[in-house]
Amino acid sequence: MSSKAFVRIAAVPYVVWMAIFVIVPLLFIVGYAFTNSSGALTLENFSNLGVYAPVFKNSFLQAGIATLVCLLIGYPFAYILSNERPSVQKVAILLIMLPMWMNFLLRTYAWMTILENNGFLNQFFRSIGLIDYLNNIGILTTDYIPMINTSFAVVLGMVYNYLPFMILPIFTVLSGIDRRYIEAAQDLGANRRQTFRRLILPLSLPGVLSGIMMVFIPSVSTFAISRLLGGGLHWLLGDVIDMQFLGGTYNPHLGSAISLIMMIVVVVCMGIMNRFGDGEDEAVLL
Amino acid sequence: MSKELIRLVDCCMAFDDELVLDNLNLTIDNREFLTLLGSSGCGKTTTLRIIGGFLSPTSGSVYFDGAEITNVPPHKRQINTVFQKYALFPHLDVYENIAFGLRISKTPKDEIDRRVKEMLDIVSLRGFDHRKPNALSGGQQQRVAIARALVNRPKVLLLDEPLGALDLRLRKDMQNELKRIQRQTGITFIYVTHDQEEALAMSDTVVVMDKGHIQQIGTPEDIYNEPKNAFVADFIGESNILDGCMHEDFVVEFLGCKFPCVDKGFAKKEAVDVVIRPEDIDIVPKEEGRLSGMITEITFKGIYYDIIVDINGFKWLIQTTDFHPLGSTIGIVIPPDDIHVMKKSVYSDQVGDYSSYSDEYEEINDPDFAEKEETDEEDKEHEF
Repeated sequence: MSSKAFVRIAAVPYVVWMAIFVIVPLLFIVGYAFTNSSGALTLENFSNLGVYAPVFKNSFLQAGIATLVCLLIGYPFAYILSNERPSVQKVAILLIMLPMWMNFLLRTYAWMTILENNGFLNQFFRSIGLIDYLNNIGILTTDYIPMINTSFAVVLGMVYNYLPFMILPIFTVLSGIDRRYIEAAQDLGANRRQTFRRLILPLSLPGVLSGIMMVFIPSVSTFAISRLLGGGLHWLLGDVIDMQFLGGTYNPHLGSAISLIMMIVVVVCMGIMNRFGDGEDEAVLL
Repeated sequence: MSKELIRLVDCCMAFDDELVLDNLNLTIDNREFLTLLGSSGCGKTTTLRIIGGFLSPTSGSVYFDGAEITNVPPHKRQINTVFQKYALFPHLDVYENIAFGLRISKTPKDEIDRRVKEMLDIVSLRGFDHRKPNALSGGQQQRVAIARALVNRPKVLLLDEPLGALDLRLRKDMQNELKRIQRQTGITFIYVTHDQEEALAMSDTVVVMDKGHIQQIGTPEDIYNEPKNAFVADFIGESNILDGCMHEDFVVEFLGCKFPCVDKGFAKKEAVDVVIRPEDIDIVPKEEGRLSGMITEITFKGIYYDIIVDINGFKWLIQTTDFHPLGSTIGIVIPPDDIHVMKKSVYSDQVGDYSSYSDEYEEINDPDFAEKEETDEEDKEHEF
C-alpha cells in the first residue's frame, strides 16, 4: 500500500467525524433558519430579527471591548515573556494554563462572590474607606460599588476566561521570530523601538490575528458569562439563542436564524481582518 | 590606502568558562579585503560578532577609526553585516528590505528610491523590487543581503560565510562579484569563511585562526608559500609535512637524506617541520631521484592525478599531470626553493603523512560534519 493511499484511509475517520458533527449540524441550522414550525420555506425568521438589533449591537460591542482589553494586556505580556529565559517561560505558561484546568462555570461563580455587593472586593473597598470617601464626595449613593450584574462584570468575565487564548498564539509567534532578524535590524541602525515597530510588530501580526479570533468568537457567543455575571440584565446573542432552544420561548427556527446571522457577521469580520495580514501566513481560523 | 580602521586589542571571549578567543590582537586597514579563515569553532565568527557589536568581549577592547567602541551597540556602529543565512526580513519585499536602513535613518524618499535602484543595479536584481524573499533563489537572496548592507554606505562590511549555502558554480560567480563590488565601492570587507580556496582567491589579507588564536596573518601568497607552522601548512592547500633537522643554513635533512634549501636562521641541528607542496615535486625515473618509492594509490582529479607514493614508510601526496601506473616505482626530485622549513609547534605531532588520505577527504566533503559543529557554537552564543 502506498503512503498516499494510507494517508487517505487514515483520514477517513476524521472526515466522517467532521461531516457528522460539523457539516450536518450546520446544514440543520440553515434548514431550520429558512423554515417555520410546519416545515414550510419562509424568510419570516429573518424579518423578525430587527427586534434583536440591540442584542446584536450589545454582543459585538462587549466582545469587541473584551478582545481589545485582552490584546492590550496580552501583547505586552507575551512580548515580555518571549524575551525571558526558557525556564521562566515554562513556568509562566503553566500558570497561564492552570485556571483552564478548573471548570469554566466554577471560575465564573468565583467571580460572582468577588464582585457581589457584599462580596470580597466591596468588603475590601469598605475596609480601606474607599466607599465612605466616594459617598462623601457624592459619586456613590449606595454602601457598595455596583459591579455584579453590570456589563463591566460581563466584559471582565470574558477577559478573565479568554485572556490565555490571546497570550498563547502571540507568544508562540513572538518566540518563533528568528533572533537573526532582530540582529539584522540592529545592524541596519534600528534602536529597540524601531526594531519593534518595523520588525517585531509586523512579524507578530499573524499571532495577533489568531488571538483576536480566539477571544472574539467565544466572547460574542457566550451565554454563561452574561447570565452569571450580568444577572440576565445584559442579554447577549448567546442568551437569546439559548432561549430559543432550551428556554421558555422555544423556537429553534428563530434561534437558527440568529445563529446563522451571527456566524456570517463573524466570518465577514475575520475575512476583513485577514486582509490586513495579507501576505502573512493566514491566521488560524477556528 | 593602508590607514588603520579597526583594532582589536587583547580581546578574550569566554562562554561558560570556555575560552573561544584568547588574547586576540588584530589590526584591519581601511579599504582592505580581510578574511578570517579557520575551521568551525576557531573563533572567527566570534571575532566578527565582536566587531559588529553583537558580542562584547569578556576582556579587551575594540577601536574604530581611533575611538573605542567596545561597548557601543550595533545600531550605532558604521558597520553593516551580511548574515550567514541572510536574515532577510520575510514580511518586506526586496525593495523594502534594501531600504530598511535608509528608512531608519530618515533619508528623504527620493534619495531612498535613487539609492535602492542603484543598489539593485549593482547586484543585478533590477526588476525584482517587489518580490518577497521567499520567492528568491539562494543566490538572489544573497545579493539582496549584500545590497541591504551596502546601501547604507558603511565604512566596513562584515560577511559571515555568505556563500556557504550556494552551490559551487554560483559560489565562484559570487566570489568574483563580491571582489568587484569591494573594489568598486572601496569599502573595507571583513569576510569569514572556512573555505581556504575562497580565502586565497578573494582576500588582500588572510588571517588564519585556530582554537581562538591567530596562527598567521599575511597575503594569500605568503600564507600559501610561507606557512608559519604545521597547522597553517596543513589547513591551506595540501602539504606533505615531514620531521626534519636543520644541519646548517641552507641544508635540511629528512627521511635520511640531506637536501639543499633556501631557509636559514635556525639553530644547529634544530628539529623542524618540512613542508613540500604536492605540486612542487618532480617525478623522475627512480635511478635519478634523491628519493624513490612505490605508487600505492591513484586518484584522477581532472587536470591532474593525485598519487600516493610510499617512500621509506612515509606516504607522500604528489600531484602530477602525467600518468604513472599503480605499483610502479618512481623517483622524486624537489627543487631547493620548494622546500619550506618551519619551526616546530604544538601542531607538529597532529599532522602526519597521507596514509589516511581518503578519510581526510571525506571529512572535508561531509557538509553535515562542519554544520553540526557550527550549530553547537551558535547555540552557545545564544545561551550567553
